[in-house]
Amino acid sequence: MQKLLRRLKSGEILIADGAMGTMLMERGLNPGEPPESFNLTHPEVLEEIARLYLEAGADIIQTNTFGASPVKLSLYSMEGKIEQINRVAIRAVKKVIGEQAYVSASCGPCGRLLKPYGDVEQEDVYNSFVEQIRIINDEGVDIICIETMTDLTEAIIALKAAKTAAPSIPVIVTMTFDPTPKGFYTIMGTDIATAAIKLEQAGADIIGSNCGNGIENMIMIAEEFKQKSRLPIIIQSNAGMPEMKGTRAIYPETPRFMAERAKRLVSLGVSIIGGCCGTTPEHIWAIKRAVEVMRCK
Amino acid sequence: MDVLTEISLYLQRGNEEKVSAFTRQAIEKKCAPKDILNNGLIHGMNIIGEKYKIHEIFLPDVLLAAKAMYAGMDILKPLFIKGKIPTMGKVVIGSVQGDLHDIGKNLVGIMLRGAGFEIIDLGNNVAPEKFVETARQENATVIGMSALLTTTMPVMKKVVDLLKEKSLNNSIRTIVGGASVSEEFAREIDADAYGYDSIKAVECIKKLVHQR
Repeated sequence: MQKLLRRLKSGEILIADGAMGTMLMERGLNPGEPPESFNLTHPEVLEEIARLYLEAGADIIQTNTFGASPVKLSLYSMEGKIEQINRVAIRAVKKVIGEQAYVSASCGPCGRLLKPYGDVEQEDVYNSFVEQIRIINDEGVDIICIETMTDLTEAIIALKAAKTAAPSIPVIVTMTFDPTPKGFYTIMGTDIATAAIKLEQAGADIIGSNCGNGIENMIMIAEEFKQKSRLPIIIQSNAGMPEMKGTRAIYPETPRFMAERAKRLVSLGVSIIGGCCGTTPEHIWAIKRAVEVMRCK
Repeated sequence: MDVLTEISLYLQRGNEEKVSAFTRQAIEKKCAPKDILNNGLIHGMNIIGEKYKIHEIFLPDVLLAAKAMYAGMDILKPLFIKGKIPTMGKVVIGSVQGDLHDIGKNLVGIMLRGAGFEIIDLGNNVAPEKFVETARQENATVIGMSALLTTTMPVMKKVVDLLKEKSLNNSIRTIVGGASVSEEFAREIDADAYGYDSIKAVECIKKLVHQR
């Protein structure tokens, strides 16, 4: 398979997959259960989800390892299973996709606030990411995706851990921004310009944003990233903010709505477009078609 | 500068050491503990809340200011009757069953303490029965529930239903909040209030306490 970064550099646009968490909930993940528990009990579900996204046209498929670092797993007393949780998730995706797509290992926040704001030492968080990424590196993936970060310090710690534990694997880092009257900021107060500059300095290969408040905000976020960085940009938007209908969460943005706006992301020069919470294989299929139509013009 | 103003200013800068030092100094100068609390610590925290509301500052600044506030409160505590900070009312807070996302809930706790409330924080993963039992035993006025994950939101309804079942819904009021909770949802489950953000939550809880 051709090297990912070379393809992006030549101007190719790749499609990443959509949500994992909401897909698992539809397949029986209970409230309060960590999504990674499915790696131990239902690896066949991970294969099914990977297959659905592959069939929808995704070029990049993520593993169910968002919370599979020791610090995060310890919140559920599951840190002893770290090795199995990471290996099973990667094997499930690889088994389904073969050489047809890239495997991207998801690494989410540690779930605790770092000192001095919270109670966890930066060094412990670094070691936690190193431990997870060593297993990921040993199992072998095409990309490491550090995502949903709101604390730039933690994002950079995770990035450095990835570059140490898996020096030859390209790293994506995405952060989650909220709109304020003064522009987009993470809840920890990082703006896009600072994120873009610091992440590039720290050695990220691809940067951008995921989760968030819907794809229209993401268009503005992408525009600012493009102004501030020459790295390839990735955007993985939620299907809007969920609304409760009875006891079910409904994400308002339809595949068609998101696909229409994905075209705008393409014209801004975004390199990888995928989805986050609430997006489905149908969303990814629609985005893929919209991007392909643009490419033919 | 007046010592209470110093306390307020250093609290706003998140300087725990200076806030502790000036709180001690204020006590030595025979300032009334109530004045140190209201015109020093709570005054500073109110300004932090206002600045946070208009996005002039962010979560890290609030967290550091809160640490400074707690340091000051710890020094003041023994000077009050029964060694307890006078309170606007007691509020039981927690993230509902199955929820580990607690930054929002912690922020509400910080802002409530900063507004002079006593907080019983049950942490994460709090079962409906636990909310209701604690509020009853502690004679709390309000239960505040937070959820970020939509799947955990039905638990909020259980708390509201439990209070009705036990005829406690007039003495213990409920407020809900969290990223995916809406005004509409709060109405639907018959909660007494919806806190759009931590600042709004404090305003609503003040109203709920007065209503009682």
